[in-house]
Amino acid sequence: MTQILQLDAVSKAFGAVTVADDLSYGLEEGEALGVLGPNGAGKTSMFNLITGTLKPDAGRITFAGDDITALGAARRSRSGIARSFQVPQPFTHMTVFENAMVAATQSAGLAGREAERLCIEVLDQTELLDKANDRAGGLTLLNRKRLELTRALCAKPRLLLLDEIAGGLTEAECTALIATIKSIHASGVSIIWIEHVVHALMAVVERLIVIDFGRKIAEGEPKAIMDSPEVQEIYLGIEADA
Amino acid sequence: MSTDIRISRTSNAAKVAAVLGALIVVILIAAPYWAGRADLRLMGEIFLYLALASLWNLLAGYAGLVSVGQQAYVGFGGYMLFALTIFSGLPPLVAIALAGLLGALISIPVAALIFRLRGAYFAIGTWVMAEVFRLVFAQVSALGGGSGTSLPTDIVRSMADGRSAREALSYWLALGAALIVVTAVYLLLRSRKGLALTAIRDNELASASLGIDIWRTKFFVYVVTSGLTAIVGALIFLQKLRISPDAAFSVNDWTAFVIFIVVIGGIGTIEGPIIGTIVFFLLRETLADLGTIYLMVLGLVAIVVMLKAPQGVWGFIRHRFDLQLFPLGYRVERSKDS
Repeated sequence: MTQILQLDAVSKAFGAVTVADDLSYGLEEGEALGVLGPNGAGKTSMFNLITGTLKPDAGRITFAGDDITALGAARRSRSGIARSFQVPQPFTHMTVFENAMVAATQSAGLAGREAERLCIEVLDQTELLDKANDRAGGLTLLNRKRLELTRALCAKPRLLLLDEIAGGLTEAECTALIATIKSIHASGVSIIWIEHVVHALMAVVERLIVIDFGRKIAEGEPKAIMDSPEVQEIYLGIEADA
Repeated sequence: MSTDIRISRTSNAAKVAAVLGALIVVILIAAPYWAGRADLRLMGEIFLYLALASLWNLLAGYAGLVSVGQQAYVGFGGYMLFALTIFSGLPPLVAIALAGLLGALISIPVAALIFRLRGAYFAIGTWVMAEVFRLVFAQVSALGGGSGTSLPTDIVRSMADGRSAREALSYWLALGAALIVVTAVYLLLRSRKGLALTAIRDNELASASLGIDIWRTKFFVYVVTSGLTAIVGALIFLQKLRISPDAAFSVNDWTAFVIFIVVIGGIGTIEGPIIGTIVFFLLRETLADLGTIYLMVLGLVAIVVMLKAPQGVWGFIRHRFDLQLFPLGYRVERSKDS
């Protein structure tokens, strides 16, 4: 297997607040990695660093063999990194279908019928096809989250970054989401998933890392990580009922 | 049961509007045969304002670049027409096209400077640049310096035989400019780039994360609108036959009125500038005799519209009736066969 993503000693601070502290890890092509950590640990900031929304103060980020540290967010998206935002960022005045088309045409670089077909396919998969002509601004939270996933998939990513996409879902919705993410994973897309709904995470990922204060404090096989005293301490009160 | 899915990019209202629009265009093309000299002149002016308004709408309403300095390119285009015909002996039509190209070229370094500014600072920056343009052209003594110059009669005569033929040509050029600009804006907004522009207008963070290079997209729009604005500027001063720095770089004539048109008609819609231009000229032609009171009425209309219908006349209609005469979006249609 080849390496798809590598972070080497990445650091980022806003004044006294450190969001990434000498952060290093790698991801194999086709692997699914889970990220745990308390609120404010720097998980979303780590995604911002990988997607180019934030520039690191130090360190190096390599994607598919290329050093992308200096590239902007748009270039990284076109090269195959897609994300879903924790706080959904829909294009509120555009329809759901047009939101998907933005990803298919701008990021995946498709045109005409090909782009339209991909969007319909993905909307069907994410159960948003019935809402295709609705303005994204009028969607419920659940559908906004589905739209985040839809847009990310219409970008035809090699690496998919999911940011707390299962939060606030009912048990049935969560089960459906897990099935969707599993099938995305099975199609060969590499995934990094930040999630507080631990059982959802455990159902998909092959490896876990735990982050606190921007530092990686644990890494390894999911079950072993969840049982480690360090993680138990941070996550006291959160059940791991996988 | 299978579901057949079709993507539609038009509507019945748009088809009707297209037929009616084509009919109106045919009637307008024939205007030199049915309209008087004064009417022809007025209509020519209306078309050039429509072109300016559509361009400013693309710039401000879609790309979010609220410029109050587009008079820089109106004046630049006008001066290029005079300079290229007088000094280089180029035929006026070639000079007009070249003025557009030069306008686009000069907008590149201007963009590199003013794109460092945001929001209100950007607006002021564009105005300052327009003043720089005015001061520079006022220094060119060969073009009459501060008092300006007229287009030599032999150049004017070279365009067409006789005054009425010349006026008809001038009219058709203005009509052509308006048609080309509105069509170009429409096609641009329907394209892949248009989708990117609309996305940027909604959410810059998500746009960048979905592969849209925001700076480059805005830069592209700025350069294209500036070049086309320069062509319109050349046509404006071809009608006037006389140019001076104050007239060429007037913030009132080429920006304030244009902003009025776009805001009244409905910013961020293709239909808005068309409606706005009609409203503006209706007001101007009925109130022109009132002198300064005319400007006060304009101001009052602007204030009332901004308070009562902030999306302008067309924004109000679209909201009420879900109507789009220039369809830009996509509609997913499903027909179920059992």
